[in-house]
Amino acid sequence: MEPLAIYQRIKERFGDRVLEISESKPDPFCVIDPAAIVEVAIALRDDPETAMDCLSNESGVDYKDRIEVVYHLFSYQLRHGAVLKVQLSRENPVVHTLEGVWKSANWMEREIFDLLGVSFEGHSDLRRILMPEDWPGHPLRKDFVEPLEYHGISTVRESPIIRLDPKRK
Amino acid sequence: MSTFHTEEMTLNMGPQHPSTHGVLRFVVRADGEVMREAVPDVGYLHRSIEKIAEKVGYHGFMPYTDRVDYVCAMFTNQGWGMASERLAGIEVPKRGEYCRVIAAEFNRIASHLISVGTMSMDIGAMTPFTHAIREREMINDLIEELCGARLTFNYMRIGGVAWDLPPGWREKALAYLDHFDPILEEYNSLISFNKIYIERLANVGVVTPQEAINYNLVGPNLRACGIKWDIRKDLPYSVYPEFDFDVPVGSGEWGTLGDSMDRYMVRIREMHESSKILRQALKQIPAGPVLAKVPRNFKPPKGECQVRIESGRGDMGWYVVSDGTGYPWRVHVRTGSFAAMGIIQKLSRGLMIADLVTLIASLDVIAPEIDR
Repeated sequence: MEPLAIYQRIKERFGDRVLEISESKPDPFCVIDPAAIVEVAIALRDDPETAMDCLSNESGVDYKDRIEVVYHLFSYQLRHGAVLKVQLSRENPVVHTLEGVWKSANWMEREIFDLLGVSFEGHSDLRRILMPEDWPGHPLRKDFVEPLEYHGISTVRESPIIRLDPKRK
Repeated sequence: MSTFHTEEMTLNMGPQHPSTHGVLRFVVRADGEVMREAVPDVGYLHRSIEKIAEKVGYHGFMPYTDRVDYVCAMFTNQGWGMASERLAGIEVPKRGEYCRVIAAEFNRIASHLISVGTMSMDIGAMTPFTHAIREREMINDLIEELCGARLTFNYMRIGGVAWDLPPGWREKALAYLDHFDPILEEYNSLISFNKIYIERLANVGVVTPQEAINYNLVGPNLRACGIKWDIRKDLPYSVYPEFDFDVPVGSGEWGTLGDSMDRYMVRIREMHESSKILRQALKQIPAGPVLAKVPRNFKPPKGECQVRIESGRGDMGWYVVSDGTGYPWRVHVRTGSFAAMGIIQKLSRGLMIADLVTLIASLDVIAPEIDR
């Protein structure tokens, strides 16, 4: 099935919980009500017409006024894919985990939690994955400012050219 | 008579450990030699490559993509190039695509050589590693002639490749392939069908096909579970439809379907297939330009796309969001190793500690690719 046909199928079933179907180029996508994402995911997985057996990618994007979590689903049986999105507030981004639907969500959600600060309700092991546990803030947010030091280790380095040249000090 | 008590112990493995292929750390909870669980701790090689992409622009990001996976940098180059081209709707000239495929397939052989070589070394066989590295050196020499670098190639550009094949390179490449095919036989008789080796690998770390899809395993790890799925064949890109090659899958003939031996053999057979593709590509390569006309101030229109390519470690997904400016708004790479690491905790339950090393090696996990 083409992605747009898949989105129409979800729309028929879930009505106004599908917030938007965008025909953006090159990849069209579909925005879902965050409260309904688990239901939609299970429906897409169990419906034999869509049979999405794999969550091939999950990532987050900070748009300055909102945070989006993007799900790339794929069906190995039927060889088609779909892109779902949920939009969350920047102040308190919370969405239910999809770990119960596809196991691969576990690590990808940990990464989104770590780098964008999205909290996943019901996640079995929501810890930072890439950054140190005591790192302040979430680096992939657009307003993130890197701290000048971490445990006394400077995160900036003076250019050796400036250091050697007294005139440029 | 008193009852026999055992006690659980917690062991630290890594981040500096010769068998972890980079800086990886595992916290192993074990009862004697049998693991209860190995919990991976990653992030030691996090270089915030995705954040860097937002600051350097489309052309400027190309050398950074090499560092996503430095063992098969051609594929990360190609993934980034294809994602940018797809956003802007750029067509790569035919010869450019051929150059990409040739470079990438040589890189796949080099990457699989590293994989099978280090795997046998992790298990305790030193000699096969030196044989694998010797062959890889020759590929590195060829690629060095092509692009001037041996590890972080930076060979591809948005719209094609940086340089055409140098004069006389085609003959050298064909001569190398003639030398390489018998070497694989030698490699097989040296290690693949060695009884000790098979016993160390067979029935260790068995992944069922359903599990593999559910955990999003990709590439050779997925094919070892008996699923015939290769992006080059099933979602074809570049000029791959023009070549005739097979997709090797695991058979379970040494133990169970989807065990470490299957993963190893899939890689060995894939090198054969890559060699087949290379011979056809070197024969069929058309004349013409290698680089499309791409503006220096590259600004793809607003939009987003995902591109999937078959790298040495399997399906690599580049998700790129463009806001219409010269800098990507968001770049995300979903790599094969990241997915493979997610399944280790589950597979480790009940394995021997020594088999954890086998498991990591057979999944072909590369640390920079997990952490990016």
